[in-house]
Amino acid sequence: MKTFGGKVLFLDRSDINTDEIIPAKYLTEISKEALKPHMLEDLKIEGFDPCDPGLHEARVIVTKANFGCGSSREHAPWVFEINDINVVIASSFARIFRQNMFNCGMLAIELPEEAIDRLFKHKGTNANASLSVDFNNNRIAIESDKGSESFAYSLSAFDKALVEAGGWVEFADSKY
Amino acid sequence: MAMTLSEKIFASHLRDEPFPGTKVLSLDVVLCHEITTPIAVNDLVARGKDRVFDPSKIKVVIDHVTPAKDTKTALQGKILRDWSRRQGIRDFFDIGRNGVCHALFPEQGFIRPGYTVIMGDSHTCTHGAFGAFAAGVGTTDLEVGILKGVCAFREPKTIRVNVMGTAPEGVFAKDIILRIIKELTVKGATDCVVEFHGDVVRGLSMEGRMTLCNMAIEAGGTSGVCMPDEVTVDYLWPFIAADYRDKKAALADFRKWWSDEGCEYVKALDIDVSNLAPQVTYGYKPDEVKDAAELAGTAVDQVYIGSCTNGRLEDLRVAASYLKGRKIADTVRGIVSPATPKVFRDADEEGIIRIFMDAGFCVTNPTCGACLGMSNGVLAPGEVCASTTNRNFNGRMGKGGMVHLMSPATAAVTAIEGSIADPRKFAKGGR
Ligand code: SF4
Repeated sequence: MKTFGGKVLFLDRSDINTDEIIPAKYLTEISKEALKPHMLEDLKIEGFDPCDPGLHEARVIVTKANFGCGSSREHAPWVFEINDINVVIASSFARIFRQNMFNCGMLAIELPEEAIDRLFKHKGTNANASLSVDFNNNRIAIESDKGSESFAYSLSAFDKALVEAGGWVEFADSKY
Repeated sequence: MAMTLSEKIFASHLRDEPFPGTKVLSLDVVLCHEITTPIAVNDLVARGKDRVFDPSKIKVVIDHVTPAKDTKTALQGKILRDWSRRQGIRDFFDIGRNGVCHALFPEQGFIRPGYTVIMGDSHTCTHGAFGAFAAGVGTTDLEVGILKGVCAFREPKTIRVNVMGTAPEGVFAKDIILRIIKELTVKGATDCVVEFHGDVVRGLSMEGRMTLCNMAIEAGGTSGVCMPDEVTVDYLWPFIAADYRDKKAALADFRKWWSDEGCEYVKALDIDVSNLAPQVTYGYKPDEVKDAAELAGTAVDQVYIGSCTNGRLEDLRVAASYLKGRKIADTVRGIVSPATPKVFRDADEEGIIRIFMDAGFCVTNPTCGACLGMSNGVLAPGEVCASTTNRNFNGRMGKGGMVHLMSPATAAVTAIEGSIADPRKFAKGGR
């Protein structure tokens, strides 16, 4: 199983699409490694700098609604994976992106908007927010200079099994 | 119990329910292109599982970047080509026979009512126009589809969209779907199938229905769906004539997939198109839509007519009806990509290609081309493109570029004006 948790990258916008996560021009790459420097390259959010070296310290993304809409490209979860980001927390996900995350053994956690708003309270230039995931008990906890709090989340049995199995290929090949 | 079309397809294709709510379906067709499939193939090879579940149910095309533009895209094509030969996949469409996947595969008769279809491409929802359950998936789902012929889904809910009234002159399927997306928003149909009903939909050709279903994903939808009827039978007849006594028998068979009276919808939306104006997007999201008139005068650098949304014969015909005898503005680069070789040939025979060329358009081979900014027709930063495609995301057609989505009619008159224009202001055929 992958490891989950660490420094948080807050992306304060809804409807972030997979073209913004990894632009189409990099889809000619056939290795995940080659995608690494291009994470979130075309993301349009006030104050967000895709070249910020701090980006590569992030292990968790916290964002708003409909994250990962648009293209079906699994390059989107891959560019996170190769940058050691294995958890995305949002108020909602686009279907294909969400499924791709679990198919890769990664976590796409949906929380109600109020909980997302509370997580965003930990955002700040020097807040140093860090988030941990208790996978067995379905809980996340966030800690920053603004305090700490924890939230319960829910995952379907299938999503949980995919994360435990490390993805869908092995699961399906042994069963069907 | 009354069931929706997709509920019927789920019930008839259910292979397993490993966990409550997780439905593993057997697949009728797995579609492949060169962007998302080579990684799946390489991964299968690396796992020692270089097999396919059934080569006759796998259809393969090189469409996104063709002819190859560099070593990397040449390699993507080669991986697909070698794999198709190695696995005995007969329906492999290489250069000369290739075209945009969601236009080519239906044209070949590969999609039928009641089918389950997946592809590593979000616009796979297009094929729901035939009354199929067709969903875009990622590379891992595609890989399992190729290997095992199955895919897991949470059963989607269904939204019913009823399109009523009479579409005025200058208003087309593209305008209707842009308006529907505006109403639903970009996430309004997430985890849902969008069913299109009403007289207007019944009156559309398969091409128009494909335009509607193509953009269901832009509202987050898993698939767009139309009920298979006489129009569907006529379109498919060359491929199914041997299977049915006559068209009536085919229609009776197709009807079994129709959503039942009294089935459950999570949402119903009525759209009256009688007063609908031509629609154009203005922002970076496909639900940011206005009347073309409100954006009139917005200068554009490029006009692109093509793609799986609007690159079919009917679309080219409509655009040509405005372009005939006219020239596009000399500040505009016009590019048209007929979606398939058949579209190209038919357009040529009808004199449409000539009209485009006389107007000043560049005619490319059938390809996704400018649609996703990874091969030809890429925008420079700050440039604006009027496009018949389906996505106006930031950077979609080139970093720093702006895309306005619209119908082929609106795109054609925009090319003539050099700025966004309303086709209702133009008489067809200048001379
Ligand atoms: S035409 Fe555009 S949207 Fe359609 S399959 Fe090609 S790249 Fe995707």
